[in-house]
Amino acid sequence: MDKYAIEGTPKTPSISFDLNGGVLEIKGRSIPENSIEFYKPLVDALDKYTSAAKPATTVNVQLEYFNTSSSKCILDVFKKLEGIHKGGSAVTINWHYEEDDEDMLEAGEDYQAIINVPFKMVMVAE
Amino acid sequence: MGKPFMVDVFDIYDKMERNNILLSFKGEITSDLLTSILQIMENKMENMQEEPKMKKKVYNVLVECLQNLYHHLDETAEGENSEKVRSAIFMIGKLETKYSIFTGNYILNENIHGLKTRLDEVNSLSKEELKEYYKKVLNNGEMSLKGGGGLGMIDIARKTGEKLEYNFLDIDNKVSFFTLNIKVSQQQ
Repeated sequence: MDKYAIEGTPKTPSISFDLNGGVLEIKGRSIPENSIEFYKPLVDALDKYTSAAKPATTVNVQLEYFNTSSSKCILDVFKKLEGIHKGGSAVTINWHYEEDDEDMLEAGEDYQAIINVPFKMVMVAE
Repeated sequence: MGKPFMVDVFDIYDKMERNNILLSFKGEITSDLLTSILQIMENKMENMQEEPKMKKKVYNVLVECLQNLYHHLDETAEGENSEKVRSAIFMIGKLETKYSIFTGNYILNENIHGLKTRLDEVNSLSKEELKEYYKKVLNNGEMSLKGGGGLGMIDIARKTGEKLEYNFLDIDNKVSFFTLNIKVSQQQ
């Protein structure tokens, strides 16, 4: 497997994970009732990537909404990335938020405080 | 002529009208229903030309309120009266610039204490304390299959900056009716 990709839906984000390029993108809305089920394949893909990580790994997260059930799963994804970072691949997480969305900025800062990986807060003009 | 089970539709309508209810639902809460309610409210706010910031806040809080109902109905649904108990009520109203979200559902009496303790704890915290509490629960809390393991209420309190108003109404020796009123208004 060198790519894991799924399309977005009204309740779940699009995910594109290029294992050869070391780029992971999560975009859209993440408000499923069962988040564990939704995020499991991504967590599995990250496990596979861990042993063959590229020298640099770029993660772009651009969420419009996410529910608290997803917030735990997103933390799990970030914890995997923290492991990959410790393992020698330089991970950067680019956390995108819309200009007026202070809640989304704060959510990114919460993760930044918990996870030991370089975070960049990227403001997106509406 | 007295018809004891004839519903007074006008009375319900009038009460809703006077409380500025935009949308209401009573019945079983399913995943598809949540999707529809969220879509309707999103369109409504779009049509009302609601500020993007407010729209996002209301949407976020709605998601948490509705998913709370969705996840916790299962817990009371077992045994007798399961049809009745699976049912819940949801209303959203807007007065001037303030939105109010009301939810109501049955709860097992044995679960009241735990829920009340959590709600009171959330209500006792300041904005800064809520942020710390959220991070603590996010990082250490047990994730349940049914959701964020208690993050929902913390998140609602954080995003609205308002206290969570609630009530438990005695029904019988097994269940009570739990109501929650969440206010969302533009802060600062």
